[in-house]
Amino acid sequence: MTTTDHELPTRSTGIAVIEEHPVENPGFPPVRPRVTDLDPKKEKGQERRIVALFFVSIIGSVLAIAAYIVFPIVPGDMLSVRLNTMLFGVGIALALLAIGFGVVHWSKALMHGHDLVEERHETRGSEATRERAVEIFHEANEESGFTRRRLLRNTLITAAVVAPLPAVVALRDLAPMEPPYDLLKHTVWKEGTRLTRDPSGTPIRAADVTLGSAFHVIPEGLNDLPDALEQKAKAAVLLMRLKPEDLHVSPGREDWNYQGIVAYSKICTHVGCPVALYEQQTHHLLCPCHQSQFDITQEAKVIFGPAKRPLPQLPITVDKDGYLIAQSDFTEPVGPSFWERVL
Amino acid sequence: MTSTATPPVGAPPARQEAGKGMRFVNWAANYVDERTSLSGFVKFLGRKIFPNHWSFMLGEVALYSFIVILLSGTFLTLFFQASNAEVVYDGSYAPLKGVEMSAAMSSTLDLSFDIRGGLLMRQIHHWAALVFVASIGLHMLRIFFTGAFRKPRELNWIVGFLLFILAMAEGFTGYSLPDDLLSGNGLRIIDGMLKGIPIVGTWLSYLIFGGEFPGDQIVGRLYMLHIMVLPALVIAAIGIHLVLMVVNKHTQFAAPGATERNVVGVPILPVFAGKAAGFFFLVFGVIVAVASFVQINPVWVYGPYDPSPISAGTQPDWYIGFADGALRLVPSGWEFQTWGLTWSFNIIVPVLVLLVFLVLVAAYPYIEAWITGDKREHHIADRPRNAPTRTAIGAAGVTFYAVLWAAASSDIIATHFKLAVEHVTYTLQALLILGPIIAYFVTKRVCIGLQKKDREIALHGYESGRLVRMPSGEYIEVHQPLDAYERWRLVSYDSYQPLMVRPNAAGRIGFWQNFRGALSRWFYEDRIAPVSQLELDEAAKHHH
Repeated sequence: MTTTDHELPTRSTGIAVIEEHPVENPGFPPVRPRVTDLDPKKEKGQERRIVALFFVSIIGSVLAIAAYIVFPIVPGDMLSVRLNTMLFGVGIALALLAIGFGVVHWSKALMHGHDLVEERHETRGSEATRERAVEIFHEANEESGFTRRRLLRNTLITAAVVAPLPAVVALRDLAPMEPPYDLLKHTVWKEGTRLTRDPSGTPIRAADVTLGSAFHVIPEGLNDLPDALEQKAKAAVLLMRLKPEDLHVSPGREDWNYQGIVAYSKICTHVGCPVALYEQQTHHLLCPCHQSQFDITQEAKVIFGPAKRPLPQLPITVDKDGYLIAQSDFTEPVGPSFWERVL
Repeated sequence: MTSTATPPVGAPPARQEAGKGMRFVNWAANYVDERTSLSGFVKFLGRKIFPNHWSFMLGEVALYSFIVILLSGTFLTLFFQASNAEVVYDGSYAPLKGVEMSAAMSSTLDLSFDIRGGLLMRQIHHWAALVFVASIGLHMLRIFFTGAFRKPRELNWIVGFLLFILAMAEGFTGYSLPDDLLSGNGLRIIDGMLKGIPIVGTWLSYLIFGGEFPGDQIVGRLYMLHIMVLPALVIAAIGIHLVLMVVNKHTQFAAPGATERNVVGVPILPVFAGKAAGFFFLVFGVIVAVASFVQINPVWVYGPYDPSPISAGTQPDWYIGFADGALRLVPSGWEFQTWGLTWSFNIIVPVLVLLVFLVLVAAYPYIEAWITGDKREHHIADRPRNAPTRTAIGAAGVTFYAVLWAAASSDIIATHFKLAVEHVTYTLQALLILGPIIAYFVTKRVCIGLQKKDREIALHGYESGRLVRMPSGEYIEVHQPLDAYERWRLVSYDSYQPLMVRPNAAGRIGFWQNFRGALSRWFYEDRIAPVSQLELDEAAKHHH
């Protein structure tokens, strides 16, 4: 690139190499006329084609309206939805595409056909303009005393900075008054709560849980709670039965399972997706969101993936009628980690 | 080649026979101008020149798909109810009849199955949104690889970058509105990520969801962002983007007659306006055609959000994939507890990596400008090969993004190719580090190879494929010399050489000076100089 190509060689070129003997720009090549420039018959032909496209567009619009009326949605009939969507859409698409092709073709084949040139100017204002701008600021400063009256200026700036604070404070009531910590650390499970099937809410007998089976579980009465979804997001549990000898039970948890039936939180300790995929053969739980894997034989220890903590275990036993019940709430917060989790 | 002639402004053209229609047009133009000075605007903009190149249409696709989004979205707001309130579905989709769901989900089903054209509009809206984000991404790549971000367009690069971020935010908030199972699990992931942020995370999630996840507020809040705040910001940013484009004028590629001081192309009125308006209809038409035939986001298949069920193969819309992939690639065990506080590095690290990546993208024009120290304006767009290091850095960045993106589908890759998901993850973890390095070196070598080839062709012509037997019996291939116009495209480009690090007045070389010297060596050590006139003359002599 030659220096003459860049306006104002006074601008620093940095580490650019300025070629001493550059190849000169050969200037514009000769204009090559289009067939429509040379042959009036061809021009007329193109014009007719474009007119035809615009007629096609009108037909498309009419077809779309016709399809809207002729192919209504019949309640319960999915085929009618599909037909209505497709035919209405095809009509509209035809109307739009034909206009598009027509106008683009008009522009390219019939409108003035070769390039024009416009000069560029440097983006910055001219020296005179810049000087005048600076002068205006000086005058404004002089007339207002913006820099002279320092106390006035600084109190104004401070007031303007403080003024939005009430708006920030007002955001506090986006959430309820009570702090989140207690809510996050407890679920609706408590001593004696029956384990019930998700979503029907029917209780589960220990005898129903055959070896190798898995149940999606919610606490009894969950569906009747006003905040059922929030509670379910913490209380969802997976129930599995393994051979008791396959379980590696750590001290203190010996009576948390019932004859090899174990219950673990279904909420991933990574970012909270439901860990819903149970591999019966390997006794692994897989989170479909980020592929964390938990080994049920090792108390849901993480064996792969971004999660760190094991899924919390729900201590369970059976009541006098043989239904599975919780011994207590979870002994630690379920779900994703949070800053104050162990405080 | 003619220069643009300023059209006469003010008085109506005398040659026009003042028919009834024309008289009205004259009256209306005069009426408007006397109240708005609009003639000045027409004079300023009407014959502005816009250069031609196919790659300049990518930004147009983004603009037009945004208009399609606004139009289809307005229709959807007529029927959508942005509320988490529980209702029992009673529409025409039989499998979900009687199921409890939010009003958002229920109204989404109603507008899909009980409003004629409603499903079409939803699909137009969703497809247009995908096209919007994709075209912004491609447009940014075009700007990056041609160096069109250089002075005076650095600010417009930043505005465009913000538009890219806003587009993803628009996409994610819109995707979450129907409150279906898939998007609900997406929000669950956002909740988990927020909670992993140190100090403020728990409260951020609590405030955003209006209590515990999922709460009964989130759809209304996202809706407010999706149809008011974010579109207002997008429209404002597009306005600034276009005004700056007009002020800076468009870049053009090196071509005979095109210089740093002119713009060669078609005038806005009529040719560019014609092509652009036509192209808007084409973009609109293609989106409608795709939406008519190709189903997107069938929320009725997923069902309403419930924190317990989930389907295998869960993944977000494509543009959020790179963020989800970053979460997936974290190795096990990156979470610690100190002083009773929980440090979720399995969240903090991917979030930081994404932030650093995005900040580097936004800041790149300033980094390159600092290394070159070049304060001139640049209006001729580079061919990517002529800036080998920049192009290689871009390729490395694309590879990095692509690996994160692939990681968001690690489970689908595993099941589709019958691989273990663990192996796919390990491979992608390795590729995240090695891929960009390999891409960098390969791209740089390819660029330099292409530059050498260009030199060869400029000096000695191209291979004509014609073999000639010389009187001596030697066979040679005739090289066809280029004409001056063809040659110009090959020999005209900016070229830099590494910074000569010099001691300052105190006789010392400062850290930043050294650093800049090292960076400029990294960038420009392998420079291939453009062909000079002397070399051309030399080559011409040699040939005769």
